[in-house]
Amino acid sequence: MINIFSHFSNQLLVGLGWTVLSSVIALFFSLIIGTIFAIMEIAPNKTLQVVGRAYVEIFRNIPLLVITMFFYLVIPMYVVKINGFTAGTIGLTLYTSAFIAETVRSGIQSVAGGQMEGARSTGMTYWQAMRYIILPQAFKIVIPPLGNQFVNLVKNSSVLAFVAGFDLMYQANSIASTTFDTINSYLVVGVLYLIITLPLSYYMQHLEKKLA
Amino acid sequence: MKKKFWLFSLLASLLLLTGCGRSLSDQSVLDNVKRTNTISWGVKGDVKLFGLIDVKDGQQKGFDVDMAKAITRHILGPTGKAEFTTTTSQSRVPLLKNGNVDAVIATMSITPERKKVISFSKSYFDAGQSLLVPKNSPIHSVKDLNGKTVIGVVGANSVANVKKVAPKARVIELQDYAQAMNALKSHQGDALTTDNGILFGLAVQNPGFQVRGGTFTVEPYGVAVNKGQTGFTEAVDKAVLEMQHDGEYNRLIKKWFGDVPGFKYKELYRK
Repeated sequence: MINIFSHFSNQLLVGLGWTVLSSVIALFFSLIIGTIFAIMEIAPNKTLQVVGRAYVEIFRNIPLLVITMFFYLVIPMYVVKINGFTAGTIGLTLYTSAFIAETVRSGIQSVAGGQMEGARSTGMTYWQAMRYIILPQAFKIVIPPLGNQFVNLVKNSSVLAFVAGFDLMYQANSIASTTFDTINSYLVVGVLYLIITLPLSYYMQHLEKKLA
Repeated sequence: MKKKFWLFSLLASLLLLTGCGRSLSDQSVLDNVKRTNTISWGVKGDVKLFGLIDVKDGQQKGFDVDMAKAITRHILGPTGKAEFTTTTSQSRVPLLKNGNVDAVIATMSITPERKKVISFSKSYFDAGQSLLVPKNSPIHSVKDLNGKTVIGVVGANSVANVKKVAPKARVIELQDYAQAMNALKSHQGDALTTDNGILFGLAVQNPGFQVRGGTFTVEPYGVAVNKGQTGFTEAVDKAVLEMQHDGEYNRLIKKWFGDVPGFKYKELYRK
């Protein structure tokens, strides 16, 4: 294991970098997109509800690899050229955002109904009440499941390997097939994934304790 | 927490290692296949002309597959059975080392790096690396690749070769040839590189593309077996030699490569 790491540290660190970059981008955008669709799902407007539900159901129920391949192979053929890293990150964002939407929606719905009524009776509009009263409480409730989604997101970023996104998994495949030392190549990469995901889950636990 | 974590990782690695600890080099593959009267072969499933799964009946078909059947017949006699497992460039060495297959005949070039972990028979086919590009591509030879994106396949030595002849080319590695071809069609790269035999197969399936630039390496394909299986390697060598003498080898070459436009199949004839 040490051997593989010292020989290929450059390649592995590059992989780690791309994995982290893709995860951070996907995390940021999927949180925003997910929250938007969560609000749409429970909006008073019927059209918004339908759009929100459709989005969530489509991206939650298609395998991540299919979404990614679509962006890697189909879109460039007909629309615009996107490289493997971008295709993978887009796929990851869309896929994760559907799960985040469901998580955030459950959070919003678990905030007591009186909160909304109270906010409205002080003269806030629906959207103001949502923004200042409901969402802050909802996010506190959903920190543990959100943490799950974030960890899943980092692990799912290995989909980049299939579209030449230069991430950790891609480097692992490449190293394993040049050295034929399959066991150690994947062990090293497993440990590198842990280096990203363990602090992330501890940070989420910490947030949970601090805020809840 | 820390203690638990280390205990867990220790256990996990232990489990992994015991799974791989079974030493196959102690058993003779030749004796095993003679006892079961079956040789299990690792072949390609996505390479036209060499090993391609026919969607109609799910069988692998191609030059490699026919060679495997003929070699099986020569080693085990007419009743010998050949079983086929589909492998990719990436999975063929691990499958062989795990003992999932007895031998691999899957467009595999004999290279010094591979010889460190597995053994090869003598070459049964002489390929060379070349380029597949769209018909309107400005790329005419390997020299034009600098600054361009080249698509290769994980586990194929063609990727390392390109880095040698065109150091400024950007190389991306995909999972198998079908996916690499799709990526080329989606303009994810400017050229697809691998051995000419495989590329001609792809060109037959995809009329908008052609093989260009001649060959810039020599890639002798060998039958791969586990390290130390000299008995089996010698049996394979003998079988291939017999096929060359009785003309069966040339018949197979003509059967698979005779109709490929632009491929000088007669140069491959052996006596």
